[in-house]
Amino acid sequence: MTGVRVSMTVNGVEYTRDVEPRTLLVYFLREHLGLTGTHVGCDTSTCGACTVLMDGKAVKSCTVLAVQAEGARITTVEGLARDGELHPIQQAFWDEHGLQCGFCTPGMMLAAVDLLQRNPNPTEDEIRHALEGNLCRCTGYQHIVNAVKAAARAMGAAVGAPAGGE
Amino acid sequence: MAVTQVFGARVRRREDPRLIRGTATYTDDVTLPGLCYAAFVRSPHAHARILRVDTSRARSAPGVLGVFTAQDLEGKVNSIPCGWQVPNCDLKTPPHPPLARDKVRFVGDAVAVVVAESRAQAYDAAELVEVDYEVLPAVVDTEAALQSATLVHDDVPQNRVLLWSVKGGDFEAAAREPGVRVVRQRLVNQRLIPNAMETRAATAQYNPGTGELTLWVTSQNPHIARVILSGVLSFPEHKLRVIAPEVGGGFGSKIPVYPEEAVVAHLATRLARPVKWAETRRENYLSTIHGRDHITDAEIAVRPDGTVVGLRVRTLANFGAYLSTAAPAIPTILYGLVLSGPYRIPNIDCEVTGVFTNTTPTDAYRGAGRPEATYVLERMMDLAARELGMDPAEIRRRNLIPKDQFPYTVATGITYDSGDYARALDRALEILDYPKVRAEQAAARQQGRYLGIGLSTYVEICGAGPSKVVGATGFAGGLWESAVVRFSPTGKVTVFTGTSPHGQGEETTFAQIVSQELGVPLDDVEVLHGDTDSILMGWGTYGSRTTPVGGTAVYLAAQKVKEKAQRIAAHQLEVSVDDLVFENGRFHVRGAPDRGMTIQEVALQAYLAWNLPEGMEPGLEGQANWDPSNFVFPFGTHACVVEVDPETGQVRILRYVAVDDCGRVINPLIVDGQVHGGIVQGVAQALWEAARYDPAGNLLTGSMADYAVPKASWLPHLECDRTETPTPVNPLGVKGVGETGTIAATPCVVNAVMDALSPLGIRHLDMPLWPERVWQAIRQAKGGAA
Repeated sequence: MTGVRVSMTVNGVEYTRDVEPRTLLVYFLREHLGLTGTHVGCDTSTCGACTVLMDGKAVKSCTVLAVQAEGARITTVEGLARDGELHPIQQAFWDEHGLQCGFCTPGMMLAAVDLLQRNPNPTEDEIRHALEGNLCRCTGYQHIVNAVKAAARAMGAAVGAPAGGE
Repeated sequence: MAVTQVFGARVRRREDPRLIRGTATYTDDVTLPGLCYAAFVRSPHAHARILRVDTSRARSAPGVLGVFTAQDLEGKVNSIPCGWQVPNCDLKTPPHPPLARDKVRFVGDAVAVVVAESRAQAYDAAELVEVDYEVLPAVVDTEAALQSATLVHDDVPQNRVLLWSVKGGDFEAAAREPGVRVVRQRLVNQRLIPNAMETRAATAQYNPGTGELTLWVTSQNPHIARVILSGVLSFPEHKLRVIAPEVGGGFGSKIPVYPEEAVVAHLATRLARPVKWAETRRENYLSTIHGRDHITDAEIAVRPDGTVVGLRVRTLANFGAYLSTAAPAIPTILYGLVLSGPYRIPNIDCEVTGVFTNTTPTDAYRGAGRPEATYVLERMMDLAARELGMDPAEIRRRNLIPKDQFPYTVATGITYDSGDYARALDRALEILDYPKVRAEQAAARQQGRYLGIGLSTYVEICGAGPSKVVGATGFAGGLWESAVVRFSPTGKVTVFTGTSPHGQGEETTFAQIVSQELGVPLDDVEVLHGDTDSILMGWGTYGSRTTPVGGTAVYLAAQKVKEKAQRIAAHQLEVSVDDLVFENGRFHVRGAPDRGMTIQEVALQAYLAWNLPEGMEPGLEGQANWDPSNFVFPFGTHACVVEVDPETGQVRILRYVAVDDCGRVINPLIVDGQVHGGIVQGVAQALWEAARYDPAGNLLTGSMADYAVPKASWLPHLECDRTETPTPVNPLGVKGVGETGTIAATPCVVNAVMDALSPLGIRHLDMPLWPERVWQAIRQAKGGAA
């Protein structure tokens, strides 16, 4: 199959690669860039393990072709921390035991970042609804909800803290 | 640094930084030079004869390195064995070929495998493999299997896998006692799909120079995988290394050794290239094991005062098309032996018939047998209470084993370790404010609202277990556990455990045990697991055994380190061993706190070996293999309040209260997390999840879009509390907690919904309590057309 050139900025670094046109963004990240923090959990765009931010908004990277991300700014889990410092959402997931096996966690955190950008102070109900596109089989969601609340508090308290990872 | 009491502290997990930074390595993340990819060709038929497999087009497709069928594996990859051959039940163990040979037996049965340079090329070429099938009638329905003219395996008459029974006392006699009423109900425990978020994967690499074959695999028990695969591949065990790297959940589905793993390992040797296979979710639904799938006719015999005198169950269990690794144990010993639950039931009679069908094999799914038993018992307790007009809390309280009667041997022959069952029940009712919610329910009923209150009082058997006992039940291994605790010369500690946690947090809890015992900072302890090269032996993580068995081994290994360190310190301080006190990581002479050595100083001396006691070996490490004397028995009471919308049949959980007792708690944060996750899987069985087949054996719920894995918005805030009754079985006093939620939650929710619908005279509905099902029942009850 003939390749097509695609360029995008991932976690602040510009990449150009030749890929098959059918290459999904998630495999572009995982197999072409070696960013394996973004996971594949299903084949029906149901689970959300592959969630990344594309131009600041959460997308399921299994449902986006790499060529559709041409010129886009992508944030993956690897790009959440700044200068080694954890993003408040990462810190909150750690503090609140918001993860067990960790497989859904990258997507879950990026979906939460998207929520907190839109709604900096969500209720428990709003958090539960906002995370409907992300499945977790380990935690029963309670500690994830607690983590998002804690992150909202931390981000509200830290004036000028970045909402997104970029 | 002074060390505080870490046992019992809400310590943040030490495994998390790599997981939240996205730098953890799961099996599909393993990259190797020259890696190629495998894709399996799977049967679209539930039952068919394979007439011809034509691989020629696939072989010439771009990037293809090879296409293999059963014939190509003949004599190279043997049948996949069953690892738990329960005795005295006429167990049938037909062969399980790694690739289907003459017949396919379920939709998803692998027929061929393609290896190509890229993942996409492998999938493309798999589409080009042509298989001619002669489609045969399929046996799909559990009840039909015994009578069917169709046999899944030609040499298994009636499709009967096993006929197992356990009996204690005399149910018939108890039921004949004057005044005793016998309440009967058929209960269906539907088939479930485990849905670990990470699907299965295997990556294999062979080094022809060293002869070593390395397999990274999504396993809950890499040592068991190594033993089995060395047999399946006729490969010397010491040259086979199995690594379970980061594993993205298992819930039982990653206990078995599967055909694909053996095939991928074989192909790496055959092609002399590293080979990777990662299951798609569609494949996961078809070819990774399913769970539950029972039909039970239950009878409970009860006196007018609510005393339960007997329980009789006849259960049909669906095994699917092949015997998975631990499958025979699940609906037998892990089910029948725990049917007494937390109650004194003197007469128990259980008979289980297992059947093969043309469906995905079943095996352990979170709880594995114990949720099935608890569902039967807790539904029957509620039905008995209703028959007698008793409060469901009262009938439970009346029958609970009193706390002063432990150890207590139930009618099925097992002996419970410790418990205070009434305390957990009382605590749950107190948190719920039971009289108040009953009053609210009564008021709601006046307004035509359907509120229901559900209870579930359970006891679980876990922490397997005494090797002698599991050996007697047919398990082809031991279930003890190993640990090494090793100081380095600079005073850091590495712990090696034979358990294989994959989300349960033992890298943290085991470090807490060591930190507590050796007085070293938590951050100076590293816990390693999941690699057969670095770990002596181990039996893995499942059945809530990791902390009670593996944690105890770690504790005992730490004691050995402490004893040796004390002897070195005494020698160097020139006092007797008994004159030393160990406090906060430092030995000092009794009455002279200034004269002492830290354990880190001792570690350095142990490695320098310049001045050790006569005859002592250098180095500082302890190794322990712990084989428990009994299982452990966590228990508790769950309670919930639901509201049923009579217009839609929708069930909403208004409150969920869990009071669990898992003995002493090492890390409350982690225990809460385990309980939450378990509850949600249990609730999901009650309300949403079901694997469904059409009559031809096609899985109708074949994707995450068709099968209802619960979402955050469907669930209430969970209220958890605990009581703490230590077990005498291990020195830590700990029991397991990984499955309690799943065991308790399912009947708790169903009982609540049936309580809500009781004014309509609705007695029982089978799970899942989908709105449609509930709505139809309400309509029928109100006299409308269904």
